[in-house]
Amino acid sequence: MSAILLEAHAVAKRFGGIRALHDVSLTIRQGEIYGLIGPNGAGKTTFFNVLTGLYSATTGSFTFAGAPLKISAPHQVARAGIARTFQNIRLFANMTALENVMVGRHVRTRAGVLGAVLRDAGTRAEEAAIERRALEMLHYVGIADRANDLARNLPYGDQRRLEIARALATDPKLLALDEPAAGMNATETAALRTLVAGLRADGLTVLLIEHDVKLVMGLCDRVAVLDYGEKIAEDVPEKVQRDPKVIEAYLGV
Amino acid sequence: MLVALALMTLPFALSAAGTAWVRITNLAILYVFLSLGLNIVVGYAGLLDLGYVAFYGVGAYVYALLASPHLGIHLPFWIILPIGAALAAIFGVLLGTPTLKLRGDYLAIVTMGFGEIVRIFLNNLSRPINITNGPQGIARIDPVRLDGINFGRDDVWFGLTVNGPTKYYYLLLLLLIAVIVVNMRLQNSRIGRAWEAIREDETAARAIGIDTTRIKLLAFAMGASFGGVAGGMFAAIQEFISPESFVLTESVMILAMVVLGGMGNIWGVIAGALLLSFAPEMLRYTVVPVQMAVFGRLLIEPEVIRMLLFGLALVLMMRYRPAGLWPLRARQREFSKQDVAK
Ligand SMILES: Nc1ncnc2c1ncn2[C@@H]1O[C@H](COP(=O)(O)OP(=O)(O)OP(=O)(O)O)[C@@H](O)[C@H]1O
Ligand SMILES: [Mg+2]
Repeated sequence: MSAILLEAHAVAKRFGGIRALHDVSLTIRQGEIYGLIGPNGAGKTTFFNVLTGLYSATTGSFTFAGAPLKISAPHQVARAGIARTFQNIRLFANMTALENVMVGRHVRTRAGVLGAVLRDAGTRAEEAAIERRALEMLHYVGIADRANDLARNLPYGDQRRLEIARALATDPKLLALDEPAAGMNATETAALRTLVAGLRADGLTVLLIEHDVKLVMGLCDRVAVLDYGEKIAEDVPEKVQRDPKVIEAYLGV
Repeated sequence: MLVALALMTLPFALSAAGTAWVRITNLAILYVFLSLGLNIVVGYAGLLDLGYVAFYGVGAYVYALLASPHLGIHLPFWIILPIGAALAAIFGVLLGTPTLKLRGDYLAIVTMGFGEIVRIFLNNLSRPINITNGPQGIARIDPVRLDGINFGRDDVWFGLTVNGPTKYYYLLLLLLIAVIVVNMRLQNSRIGRAWEAIREDETAARAIGIDTTRIKLLAFAMGASFGGVAGGMFAAIQEFISPESFVLTESVMILAMVVLGGMGNIWGVIAGALLLSFAPEMLRYTVVPVQMAVFGRLLIEPEVIRMLLFGLALVLMMRYRPAGLWPLRARQREFSKQDVAK
């Protein structure tokens, strides 16, 4: 059994009267694809938002890569090595695909105003490295030919890929994908599946929210099920699929 | 090359039409500085700032106080200009800090208030200790002196009379090149991309690892420093300043220049600033003679026509070119298609 990368300890989140997350604890292991599923409104996206620091947890905490995860601002979470995509694609629409990914390198680079103005050798080298790396990422997700297109002009499936490339550019240890296959056709979904499986093969740990049951069951090593903010199951896909509590939650009995 | 030659000889051509036109050109260049500075805040980072003139005022008063008989201090301009830029940048951070959570309309209102506060301070800091000399303003400000050349006076070089405004024109042209280079380099940098990312989607920018607090304050500070430089040059050229020069309508005008040209696009912003600086002057010099010739008397004041055209331009812009005359296009990067496609 491989090492534990992320641990959530009784994470809770309330919005006024709504209990969006209720004492959710889970463990994600190094190098696995971990699925997070559940009916609409179960709290999956909220879990991402709390984890990445966009919302603050009401109670609970995280351990990441062996140390407590300090979530005082989202950029610190990104620096710690957690990158994410959004359920509703959030790209920098009026920047090119390449520039989008270059922004992803921000957290791993240092040039400041002085470097930008003086363009010293160090800054130029860093800038070249940023561009090279960003282009590599575009190649990796397979949209390098669209590098100079504005993000908003890309077809839907490519926008999803671009968002993944931008997240990868931050050198994450954990990549959190919020419904990456939403709105994709069968071909695009199949390609996405290959891409995510490739990420695992390259040693990345993936946290995947997905509604497409076939995709989740085929791809994930382990799956957790949320229902009304509570974790009702966590196991390998085959077992989760047969869990009566899960079936009940999905059928809404 | 041709452009360079034209720019070099411009003051002599303009002098033929009257020294006033050289002065007008100099002011227009100052507005280019201001617009490029505001463009960093509004165009790049997407933060609506309606109090930008405050930084212009700070720069101007720093120069006036450090180079005039008012306090009896006479520092050279190349020392004052950086001080003015730095102090304006600090004011930028002062404005930025409390407004970090605000966007759009709310930000515009708070920044507008900030601009007014600075102006009111300039107006009233004559008591108990006289710092700004109140509404009377500060007079007899030192002109720029560089290497024995006094920019406030006429000189005869090689049998050619070079007047003060012409000398300032060349100095401003040099500064302008520096300002444009700095702007372009900033835009095309790690920081510039972070600004644009915040403008495009602040939440995504945060999640991807951008410390939006720091990067926004940096935008306010950098934008303000350009205003500070412009203010310093303004004080030196005019040799007199008063709070009246730093009113809200100036902020609005600078914002109009940025928006007219095309937010975020350096060349668009420059064109917008030149257009809005020169057009009123052209009108001033044509409206009266034309009316006198046609009607034999003055029917409509130039000022009325100016506001009329300004309003009309705004309406037409909103209808037909909401993104500006020369909107921001994706910057094409300089590598070939094959390189990308493989
Ligand atoms: N910012 C917010 N303010 C108030 N309530 C919220 C907020 N965000 C989420 N909620 C509520 O929290 C609950 C969980 O929402 P969440 O978006 O996490 O669900 P989800 O599992 O991602 O659903 P879906 O599959 O539809 O994306 C819902 O009842 C939702 O209305
Ligand atoms: Mg969701």
